Amino acid sequence: MSAPFRTEFGGQIDRRKSLSFTFDGRIFQGVEGDTLASALLANGVHLMGRSFKYHRPRGVLGAGSEEPNALVSVRRDKARFTPNLRATQVELYDGLVAQSQNRWPSLNFDMGAVTSLLSPFIPAGFYYKTFMWPRKAWNHLYEPAIRAAAGLGSAPTEADPDRYLNRFAHCEVLVIGAGPAGLAAALAASKSGGRVMLVDEQAQFGGTLLAATDALIDGKPAQVWLDETLATLAANPKVTMICRANAFGYFAHNMIGITEGLSEHQAHPAAGAPRERLWQVRAREVVLATGAIERPLVFPDNDRPGVLLADAARIYLNRYGVKPGKRVVVATGHDEAYRAALDMHRAGVEIAAIVDARPHPIGPLVEAAKAAGLTVREGFAITGTLGELRVKGAYIAPIVAAGQVGQTQTLTCDAVLMSGGFTPSVHLFSQSRGKVVWDETLETYLPGQSAEAERSAGACRGKFGLAQALADGFAAGADAARHVVTQTFSVEAVEGAPKGVVGALPHNRGNGAKAFIDWQNDVTTKDLKLAVREGFQSIEHIKRYTTTGMATDQGKTSNLNALGVISDALHRPIPQIGLTTFRMPYTPVTFGVLAGMARGDLFDPIRTTPIHDWAVEQGAVFEDVSLWKRARFFPQGREDMEAAVRRECLSVRKDCGIFDASTLGKIEVVGPDAAEFMNRMYINAWTKLGVGKCRYGILCREDGFVADDGVVGRIAHDRFHVTTTTGGAARVLGMMEDYLQTEWPELNVWLTSTTEQWAVIALQGPKARTILEGLVEGIDLSPEALSHMSLTEGKICGVATRLFRVSFSGELGFEINVPAEHGRKVWEAIWAAGQPHGLTPYGTETMHVLRAEKGFIIVGQETDGTATPDDVGLTWAVGKAKPDYVGKRSLARSSMADPTRKQLVGLLTQDPAVVLDEGAQIIVTRGQTPPMKLMGHVTSSYHSAVMGRSIALAMVSGGRARMGETLYVPMPEGDIAVTVTSPVFYDPEGARVNG
Amino acid sequence: MADLMTNAPTLARHVLRGRPEAMSAAEGALGFALPREACRSASLNHTHALWLGPDEWLLLSAPDAGLGGRLEAAMGTHPHSLVEVSDRQIALVVAGPEAEAVLSVGCPLDLDRAAFPVGMCTRTVLSKAEIVLWRTGQQTFHLEVWRSFGAYLRAFLTASAVVPVAD
Repeated sequence: MSAPFRTEFGGQIDRRKSLSFTFDGRIFQGVEGDTLASALLANGVHLMGRSFKYHRPRGVLGAGSEEPNALVSVRRDKARFTPNLRATQVELYDGLVAQSQNRWPSLNFDMGAVTSLLSPFIPAGFYYKTFMWPRKAWNHLYEPAIRAAAGLGSAPTEADPDRYLNRFAHCEVLVIGAGPAGLAAALAASKSGGRVMLVDEQAQFGGTLLAATDALIDGKPAQVWLDETLATLAANPKVTMICRANAFGYFAHNMIGITEGLSEHQAHPAAGAPRERLWQVRAREVVLATGAIERPLVFPDNDRPGVLLADAARIYLNRYGVKPGKRVVVATGHDEAYRAALDMHRAGVEIAAIVDARPHPIGPLVEAAKAAGLTVREGFAITGTLGELRVKGAYIAPIVAAGQVGQTQTLTCDAVLMSGGFTPSVHLFSQSRGKVVWDETLETYLPGQSAEAERSAGACRGKFGLAQALADGFAAGADAARHVVTQTFSVEAVEGAPKGVVGALPHNRGNGAKAFIDWQNDVTTKDLKLAVREGFQSIEHIKRYTTTGMATDQGKTSNLNALGVISDALHRPIPQIGLTTFRMPYTPVTFGVLAGMARGDLFDPIRTTPIHDWAVEQGAVFEDVSLWKRARFFPQGREDMEAAVRRECLSVRKDCGIFDASTLGKIEVVGPDAAEFMNRMYINAWTKLGVGKCRYGILCREDGFVADDGVVGRIAHDRFHVTTTTGGAARVLGMMEDYLQTEWPELNVWLTSTTEQWAVIALQGPKARTILEGLVEGIDLSPEALSHMSLTEGKICGVATRLFRVSFSGELGFEINVPAEHGRKVWEAIWAAGQPHGLTPYGTETMHVLRAEKGFIIVGQETDGTATPDDVGLTWAVGKAKPDYVGKRSLARSSMADPTRKQLVGLLTQDPAVVLDEGAQIIVTRGQTPPMKLMGHVTSSYHSAVMGRSIALAMVSGGRARMGETLYVPMPEGDIAVTVTSPVFYDPEGARVNG
Repeated sequence: MADLMTNAPTLARHVLRGRPEAMSAAEGALGFALPREACRSASLNHTHALWLGPDEWLLLSAPDAGLGGRLEAAMGTHPHSLVEVSDRQIALVVAGPEAEAVLSVGCPLDLDRAAFPVGMCTRTVLSKAEIVLWRTGQQTFHLEVWRSFGAYLRAFLTASAVVPVAD
């Protein structure tokens, strides 16, 4: 036992288990049960960080998640490097490597501290005032310099190698916080037989009970009662207890986000062991037992290492067996500091004095301190500290009048314990949209009316005393569980008065003194007063101007003191100033735990077709189309995409190509009113479409713009086989269901998605019929029996098929639908049959070129959500005699017939070798400079092998009246001259589909 | 894990929708009443009807049982829609003492036996895949998922199950 400040016995640590760790390269010894902060304190190290703005040396202030100063980085390896951890929450393990932040070259000697000398020139709102002009300097000078200086810690450069888990959970009662109130609540709720969850941010359950020394519960020491209660809860199968659990967010309808630390605290996590788990808990009722956070006193140089919160010091002593120093000054405005002083005294820490800002403190704790012979300086303020990297003494002075102090005295000490009282933690309550109310008696904000099914219990609603908190928690637990049960235990504890002091203490140290309000963002009383002098009145504005309460700790230790100082400066009571809203997360959470399992292969589902594996075996290159993987092209040898597509296109035009169209959306529309439903949804007329016939359908939205398209086949009088675009499948089904359920519930028609029921094999090319002929049974493929745009049912390779004769290439074409399970078998049979005929597999890129050669649009490429059917040349498809269809009214608006609307045309470059850029703009005259009048844009552009030149589709204002005109495509290299043509480049008579 | 997740046997699947008179006729062919209570199933021998909506049931049956033909014959001209979707989806069975916890990794529903009793079924999500979840036993769940999401679902369940899920 080498640590000089470790006590001989007591606490929740195991002194026999020594742990070695390094901090900033120095090796230290701690023990099992330590946090990094307690282990450093045991070694006499208070200096743990440098402040954000002034780089002032900082010691640990608290003992829990409220810690603003002791932010450290913990490193396991190159990729496992976590910055900005609170040393008070880092559980010590053997071999832990930690380093301080925001200092260079070292914590003891930090060059950045020169900013402290410049601090008179860095007032509140410094950035707003300084970097206003010259305007250009912002990008090149100010912004990079501020970026370099700003931020805490550094992010790891490697990808996060850890695993994170997710878990949805439900319970009748969720209790957040396992201190006295939370434990009592869980105990009461567990008696109802319902599911209870109890979560706590610490490694151990118990909260303040873990540091209790003098209280008796049920006649037993508090820690005995704690152990018994935990055992009772653990034995109840309906109770789930999670420690290291940060309830970071309170979402709507009692959904609570909680992160659970799983392996971060272990010296040697098992390989692949998950690091954290995200719990998304839906609770019928919530009990918030989040406790209270001790308030610092606001006095000059209150940020000197060695100055810490009194209750934190008590926790270090009683729970971790660590003395904060040898001789301490206890500065207070609240009774609880006397309890800390008494515990310190009993542990052999010399109490230089208890310096109480209150003129006549009374009560059992004060009396006990006096009885123990401790010096109490009543009506004295602490007005400063001595020392550099560690406090060496304290200035104190009597408060002689409001805001004035008398003669300064000096006390030597190596630590200052301070307490201004306790601020209830209303963060989660505030997140739940509950409104806080000011309590005049306690001088603090407390939870008011609930917005969710929740209630606060214990210190977080001002019930600070142990007996009060336990009783309040028990009642809250019973209430939450809707269960009548009476408290089963009694409490004997010495309780102090609840009220403390708010705001800054008076001092005589002059204008240069820095009395810190917000340690993490380096905000002092001067900054707040300056903001008020400059005219800021709203706390929301002052907060943003001074950044008080805006650090990662969200002002856990600073908010109320800031309000106190602003209240004084504005001469207005605190409730008139208000309180800023708390935001999630309560304490910072990792990105990893939010991403959870959605990374790598599980980032999103990767949808593949029944023919996918065949395409992989053939060396296809794939592209993502919504969640699908689609074969884009099938390179042979060392072909690039351009060469492969050229070959694939020519093969389809000359012989035949085979294409996997399985991803097309399919909807089976069935019922006696199927045709009527189709009439109302699509712009086309369906009544007269014969059974066994197909039609190209166009779907508009209510606004009259094209939403989707696809071939529709009539399987029976009351049954349509509707296809949609690949990406539009779910959207179209949703839109149809919406109309059916809300507008036309009287129609006897029902919709079923069959997208994945069918594998779809497209066979396109002059030899398609020849290839298929030997494979089908009971199907007559002759043009007379199966003309273009018709369908038939039968068998292929022994499998039932819906065989469509359709073409998206302009060639003779078939689309063979077979049940997905048989997709690959049929594909391979067709593939084999096609070998003597030059059958070539082709991908989506070739499909795109082939359809562009024919002027067929792709919804989403030619259309952009503002194109009417007429704009893209589909007026012929409109069922004009129909009384109504979705979009009809909008299409009747006069602007929809404006002749200057953008219309689909073809473009041919005057230089046939030039392939236009898709998305390029179109202008009427050459040689313009911006801003130009833009007449349209290029929507599709390819090299067409069969045409031996480039082709393009475009949407051009009044395009159909411009046939033969020369337009220009302005590019950085100069204008490209193009001729407006029909969008149908190849086989304009359409003879080939009838082959 | 091998024990936790298995492929369900091959099934014939139909989506049955329609007006009440058609449903009554269908019940004659099925030999049992279609569940009218939301999110409940009914079964006879190897034929199961899962309530998916007020006018929608997913029917699962043995592959060669000829259920579709019998139903069409029974329903006749009563307004209805019967669509075969045997190949649209695949089924996984997740079973064992950990089943509830493993599914809770990705399914936001309350899967406690009291809230999700045996025989309950519903459309829901498992992480980013839509599924039909059907509890067939105290520790057994039948999952129907569209075919192309099968690989994702298997991978997600595998990743969910290799870690200690019991608390």
